[in-house]
Amino acid sequence: MPTWSLVSICVLLCIVVRWGVSLNSYSGAGKPPMFGDYEAQRHWQEVTYNLPPQEWYFNTTDNDLNYWGLDYPPLTAYHSWICAYIAKTINPDWVELHKSRGYESPSHKLFMRATVLVADLLIYIPAVVLYCLYLTDGSSKKKVSTLLCFLLYPGLILIDYGHFQYNGVSQGFALWGVLALGLGWDVSGSMAFSLALNYKQMELYHALPFFCYLLGKCVKLGLMGKGLFLLVRIAVTVLVTFALCWLPFLSDPHQALQVVRRIFPVARGLFEDKVANAWCSLNTLIKIRSILSSESQLQFSFACTLLAVLPSSIRLLIKPNFWQFKLALVNSSLAFFLFSYQVHEKSILLAALPACLLLNDLPLVVIWFLQASTFSMLPLFLKDGLLAPYTVTSLAFLLLSIYLLSALEHCSEEELRLGAYRKLFFCLPKMDLACIVRWKFYVSVAAMAGLSIVSVVLVPPPHLPDLFPVLVSATAFLHFLGTFIYFNVVQFSRPLSKKSQKKNN
Amino acid sequence: MSIKSSFQSVMAATGLHNRSWFPALAVGVSLLKSLFIGAYHSTDFEVHRNWLAVTYSLPVSRWYHENTSEWTLDYPPLFAWFEFGLSQVAQHFDGNMLLVENLNYSSPSTVLFQRLSVIITDLVFMYATRECCRCVQDQKGSQDILNQPPFILAVLLLWNFGLLIVDHIHFQYNGFLFGFLLLSVAKHLQSQHLQGALLFSILLNLKHIYLYVAPAYGVYLLRSYCFTQDHTDGSIRWSSFSLVRLLALGGIVASVCALSFGPFIIMGQLPQVLSRLFPFKRGLCHAYWAPNVWALYNVLDKGLATLGESPPPSSVTWSLRRSFPEPAVASIWRRPRGARGFLRCLLLCALGSFLFGWHVHEKAILIAILPLSFLAVESREDAGIFLVLTTTGHYSLFPLLFTPPEFLIKVVLMLLFTIYSVTALRKLHRPLEVMYLLGLVSVAIACEVVFPLSPWQQKLPFLPLLVTSVYCSVGVCYSFLHLYITLLRQHKKPKQP
Repeated sequence: MPTWSLVSICVLLCIVVRWGVSLNSYSGAGKPPMFGDYEAQRHWQEVTYNLPPQEWYFNTTDNDLNYWGLDYPPLTAYHSWICAYIAKTINPDWVELHKSRGYESPSHKLFMRATVLVADLLIYIPAVVLYCLYLTDGSSKKKVSTLLCFLLYPGLILIDYGHFQYNGVSQGFALWGVLALGLGWDVSGSMAFSLALNYKQMELYHALPFFCYLLGKCVKLGLMGKGLFLLVRIAVTVLVTFALCWLPFLSDPHQALQVVRRIFPVARGLFEDKVANAWCSLNTLIKIRSILSSESQLQFSFACTLLAVLPSSIRLLIKPNFWQFKLALVNSSLAFFLFSYQVHEKSILLAALPACLLLNDLPLVVIWFLQASTFSMLPLFLKDGLLAPYTVTSLAFLLLSIYLLSALEHCSEEELRLGAYRKLFFCLPKMDLACIVRWKFYVSVAAMAGLSIVSVVLVPPPHLPDLFPVLVSATAFLHFLGTFIYFNVVQFSRPLSKKSQKKNN
Repeated sequence: MSIKSSFQSVMAATGLHNRSWFPALAVGVSLLKSLFIGAYHSTDFEVHRNWLAVTYSLPVSRWYHENTSEWTLDYPPLFAWFEFGLSQVAQHFDGNMLLVENLNYSSPSTVLFQRLSVIITDLVFMYATRECCRCVQDQKGSQDILNQPPFILAVLLLWNFGLLIVDHIHFQYNGFLFGFLLLSVAKHLQSQHLQGALLFSILLNLKHIYLYVAPAYGVYLLRSYCFTQDHTDGSIRWSSFSLVRLLALGGIVASVCALSFGPFIIMGQLPQVLSRLFPFKRGLCHAYWAPNVWALYNVLDKGLATLGESPPPSSVTWSLRRSFPEPAVASIWRRPRGARGFLRCLLLCALGSFLFGWHVHEKAILIAILPLSFLAVESREDAGIFLVLTTTGHYSLFPLLFTPPEFLIKVVLMLLFTIYSVTALRKLHRPLEVMYLLGLVSVAIACEVVFPLSPWQQKLPFLPLLVTSVYCSVGVCYSFLHLYITLLRQHKKPKQP
């Protein structure tokens, strides 16, 4: 079969899966007065359509920032504005100022779901297709298998099409950036990534690797010649992109400052709800929030994040190649997720995207991590009534990816990059490390399945109402920490020789 | 002996040891089906819920008399027993769905149970597909699984667009029933005729719509099973008639029917049961227009309405339906070409009754599409017919799903299946067929996108349905004639030594 037909079959299949998930409920459905992220996005359409850009980020009589005030960068606001225009032509009630609050109807749901799909089709899916076709190794069948697994990653599908968000846009732009960098188009890559940053500030999780890779490359080219020229071109591109995105807010420094203040809400605390990061997990043992003042919490978490992200960034700076870049993306986003300030459970998607880039190289570990990342959002999915699609998509992803990428067959010590552990722990008795990893994988999948079932079926004891969410986040935290350490070790160990890589293919 | 050894060689050639793709395909499609649990379901959902309630809460003697709901039990008794079995599980999900007076009851757990019951009983269909794949020869020399006929057949059957939307969105148990049909075909292909006959008689007692293809079964079994030998030119050797075989066949069919209808005959309810099974009160065309000859006729009729034309009485359609498969049946009587000839005859019976039948459902096209998949992976010519027939047949199923959220699902699934079958079979050569299919695309766009926006929407609301069914019936008629010609042409060919 020709590759084009396999690719189109994969894309169509992933569209059906996405649309199948979107038939389910969304966050805050029928839950006044605040509803959920679905209402937030609708409200942004209402605000951006009816108010001039100068009022979007300010608290006015027409714009109550306490009710889902706009707190994403301008590109999100423009996107809402475009959606609002289409909504207005279909049904003006959907975006009417004040009166449309909490508007819910089947046709409106259909419209909102369709906007997510259109954004995905325009930005995210083409980027994934191109990445898998041009930047992964192996036969065309292998590339298509990777593509299918990439597109079927359940976390992103469930959040975008179930819970309701537009992560596909920011992730898509970031992916376009990765794609361009992989193909050597550094300038367009930095422009795509600037767009991602201007869509969602969380993309800062990926910013350091982009910066280090490009800087490292410029240094390698020679800071006095070609490198300087490249650096200037990149810097100008980034500045111009940012300036264009922020154009309506640049006339007045007061405006721009307000946008920044809205985007980075420092006052919201170290963490909210139950997040599978270091602070929330530590909180079950020590109550950090009562020991440290919020000021020192901020400084402490900043220091920890910096410490965690530095090794991989420095390594990338010294060795700016694509393999290191992909690993650094995972490491940096995981470091941010684990240690930074004010993290949402959904932010794990930012670590999942670069992990997907490595599906072809390290299938078992990546599938394991992606599964854990989906699992970490279980309490959210249960709250939104997404149990059925969660079960179906997770099972599908696990079984299909293990089958298609033959993850359990390709896991010798060498393929899993476990050589470094041998050197680190030379006293290790002669054991098959790969076998241990495989068993850990089985046990962890069983634990995740068990915890999922328990959270659904059992009622928590009355004095511990949050027992299951805490257990879920602690389990997920252990997985994330393990993955973080593993990828750091891989980044510092020697890459596979060309010969053995060929053998694997 | 020779049959057995050739069968073993087929088994060896298909390489049964390396079938890991089959579970992957089956699990994948099952998970996809589970995604549609919350999707739209038609009144057939309530039909089956009512049957669950009737069989669960009433004694057998009341099953075919109960009429609280308008959706009375109108399938043969074995299907009622099947519903009875399901209801025993259903009581653990939600007991309220089993109350006869609880009309239009669809609590979340009822929906979950009913949807899961379709997905799980599809295991029969999957098993049947597996058996069919065993009967297809692997292509020699090609290492690529994607090009292997068994793989293509498995995808065409398991991921069949029609079955997916009819069973798992619209809601019916066709997968389960087709499982019996395909399994019985597979058994005939494997020369296990008695098992095949048993399965088919069970199927007839599950849903009587399969009476359409019964002539093919009857003649084939009588000719190829009850007569053990042929003359060298392939014509019948009357002296080889085996009474034992006929008695064995008759015994199987009779005992299955006795098991199914026996209790009702004893209770003296046979006329009542039969009146439920064959309600001759409905109109010639179903609510949606199936793409058959009557759709063409209806158009003609609308045109001739001023001249006072009237639709043909049912006797005409009966005689038409009965007369059209006759040459096909006669052909396999005169010169049986093994199980594949039988399969071709079965297809013609199914298509013939679809085209000329009385009160035909558009869903009945699946009776032809699914068995044709088998022939399509084996022969070039049949693959072309398959592509035309599946595309038109599947497209004619579109009106079944008319709710906006499911629009995208039906379009994308249809595209998925069509792209796969076209690229996997790669047998669309005739320019006429290509033109026809491209025309179908434009008809689809015109009817689904352009028409709702045009001013004719109010004046002529039935126009898209009309255009669709007329256009599709041309394709179905073409496939029918083409299949007929291939069968008769083969008949004329001198027998290969």
